[in-house]
Amino acid sequence: MANTKRRSVIKLAGSAAAVASTGMAGILATGRTPAYAQQKTVHWLRWVDFVPASDQLLRKELMPQAEKDLGIKINFETVNGNDLQPRATAAIQSGSGPDLIQAFNNNTYIYANSVVDLTDLAEDYGKREGGLYKYCRSLCSNGKMFMSMPWAVIGGMIVYRKSWFDEVGATSFPKTWQEYREVAKKLKAKGRPIGQTLGHTFGDAPTFTYPYLWSWGGKELDTDGKTVVINSKETLESVKFMQGFWKDGCDEGALAWDDTNNNRAFLSQTISATLNGASVYIETLRKPDQYQTEKGTPMNKDLQHAPLPAGPAGQFGMHLMQSDMLMKYSKNQDAAKEFLKWIHTEKNYEKWFISQKGYATPPTAKWEEHKVWSDDPVMAPFKVAAKLGQAPGFAGLPDQKAAEALSKYIITDMYAKAVQGMPAEEAVKWAEGELKKIYVA
Amino acid sequence: MAITALGSTEVIRPSVRQRKLEDERWLALVLLTPTAILLGLFIAYPFFEGVMLSLSSARVGDPGKFVWFKNFVKLWNDNIFWTAVWNTFWYTGVTTVFKLGLGLWLAMLLNRHFRGKAIVRAFILLPFIIPTVLSTFAWKWMFDPTFSVINWSLFRLGLISARINWLGDADLAMASIMVVNIWRGVPFFAISLLAGLQTISPELNEAAAIDGARPWNRFWYVTWPLLLPVTMVVMLFSVIQTFADFQLVYVMTGGGPANATHLFATYAYQIGIVSGLLSEGAAVSLAMFPFLFIIVVVQLLYIRRVEVR
Repeated sequence: MANTKRRSVIKLAGSAAAVASTGMAGILATGRTPAYAQQKTVHWLRWVDFVPASDQLLRKELMPQAEKDLGIKINFETVNGNDLQPRATAAIQSGSGPDLIQAFNNNTYIYANSVVDLTDLAEDYGKREGGLYKYCRSLCSNGKMFMSMPWAVIGGMIVYRKSWFDEVGATSFPKTWQEYREVAKKLKAKGRPIGQTLGHTFGDAPTFTYPYLWSWGGKELDTDGKTVVINSKETLESVKFMQGFWKDGCDEGALAWDDTNNNRAFLSQTISATLNGASVYIETLRKPDQYQTEKGTPMNKDLQHAPLPAGPAGQFGMHLMQSDMLMKYSKNQDAAKEFLKWIHTEKNYEKWFISQKGYATPPTAKWEEHKVWSDDPVMAPFKVAAKLGQAPGFAGLPDQKAAEALSKYIITDMYAKAVQGMPAEEAVKWAEGELKKIYVA
Repeated sequence: MAITALGSTEVIRPSVRQRKLEDERWLALVLLTPTAILLGLFIAYPFFEGVMLSLSSARVGDPGKFVWFKNFVKLWNDNIFWTAVWNTFWYTGVTTVFKLGLGLWLAMLLNRHFRGKAIVRAFILLPFIIPTVLSTFAWKWMFDPTFSVINWSLFRLGLISARINWLGDADLAMASIMVVNIWRGVPFFAISLLAGLQTISPELNEAAAIDGARPWNRFWYVTWPLLLPVTMVVMLFSVIQTFADFQLVYVMTGGGPANATHLFATYAYQIGIVSGLLSEGAAVSLAMFPFLFIIVVVQLLYIRRVEVR
């Protein structure tokens, strides 16, 4: 190791003083770039939020504030939710891309080899905020590491037109699938069907089909987490019921819908109810003059939220979990961690949470008491979404294989095939074959 | 003086390198090298990588191990894959026939003299010029299950009483993507065949007319045989492009409903990129190769036969 001489220390100190005092001349004299030219950049990739105000808040207020507080540059990018997985795959394979990528549900397991362990951050976050919900923990941690930092849960509830339900005699929301089907039949007869996608789309399709399956007692796996048990009497019943429900009460065009179609259909008053985050309601609050009922009153006064009805095996929910993966290829891991810490402080996260107006439920218990939930009773059902969710892969773990089944839309396609005319037995058998390819092969 | 000067000048012999380049075999090699390097880098290497990937168990972030033909065996037993195979052939076959028919018809019309011919020709190219994703989004709106302008028009005209489920019904969804592909592909056929038509001397048709040939006979016995080489080349390009089509189906249906409109490319994308099963996705992609290879070879042989004739 070279010895440091007194002369060289004096020279270096002199140079530093020169930079401070003489600007460009000093830089040229020392041949060193100033510290700010080496500023780190963190690239954060997220979905395009269904609450546009939140993206605006992040872009215009929180990101500039983070840059100021942390001395790093944030490159904030949003894409359609369906494009997050392709972006993650491409980035991992090429070894470059966003430092932080948003993951949905248990997709984190697909990328487990390519992400940085965030256990310290996540556990600390949980401790500070009254504990992480079990649902969120199971989707972000495989028991060995936190593959991602829990961000929020987008609660899936049925948004419905109260007056239209009242008109057909349903003064309270149907409690069971049978009751829901009867109401839906009357609504469809009046040209106001239920709108439910069975398409290949990340949110509204699986968050409907999985809980629906569970509520009938159907499940992908046995409790051993290995044996595929989808081909059961319960699943078959659920598929047969779906065929009738679809024909009797649903908008049959919804087979091709993505997560935005049902919002548009609901807001244009062609459907009476749909499983959704609260984005429809929030949009009607944002533009009360644009979205009015046929009687000329603001539509937001006529909307209610309700959980999915119960089946013979109970009532279930699966809500869209969002988390942020810190990628292994990232050259700015420390800066990205600093940023995650910063955005998850109560002061900063709260601004974003309030802008969501209840559309997103935070992953920790602390926020249950927040005034957002008491300000608007219509949003109250979303308060406990993260608490009550069940993860895909049930009764096994929401692991990589469950994530593969989810991303191949096997459960959703089972119902989609059946409502398109495939006999229920065949549709269930098809799903069993597809699941076995994943779990048994 | 001149003789003296010549006598005193030494004969300059070309260098060894220059002498080599005078040999046509070496020159050809040198001239071909840049192209060969480019083809090697951008075609042969990715192809080789693709083959190796399809023989492995690679997933996203995991290079996997060598598994021989396991992925292909899995595909053989995959009914979605066979749906994609059938769909690709059906999609390519039907759209190519329509594109050829309509393209030829349009080319014959455009080959006539009329006012504003240049403008019409320019407009005809529009579907081909607009980025596919943009125009397909517009079509997606037109076929939207709820807001379809086509349904609205048919309803207003009293032709339908209930909505047509364009993208939600398996057969109609397939028909819808075919319509868009035909709409987009016809200009390519029309302009290429028009160029072919313009190389045919009008005197041949005139001579046939003088001999008493009717328009249909003039087309069938004079124009068509002369246009056939161009037609075959245009078809070759079109078949390759249509067979490997991706963006149109991805935007319109994403392969749905319930995998009913998947083609090779969209299914490979679904498996490899979305689900992260890179090796299986590569296997789906490569499975396209033998089919396409046979089609291309048959077409090339036919083109050669037509040209020799």
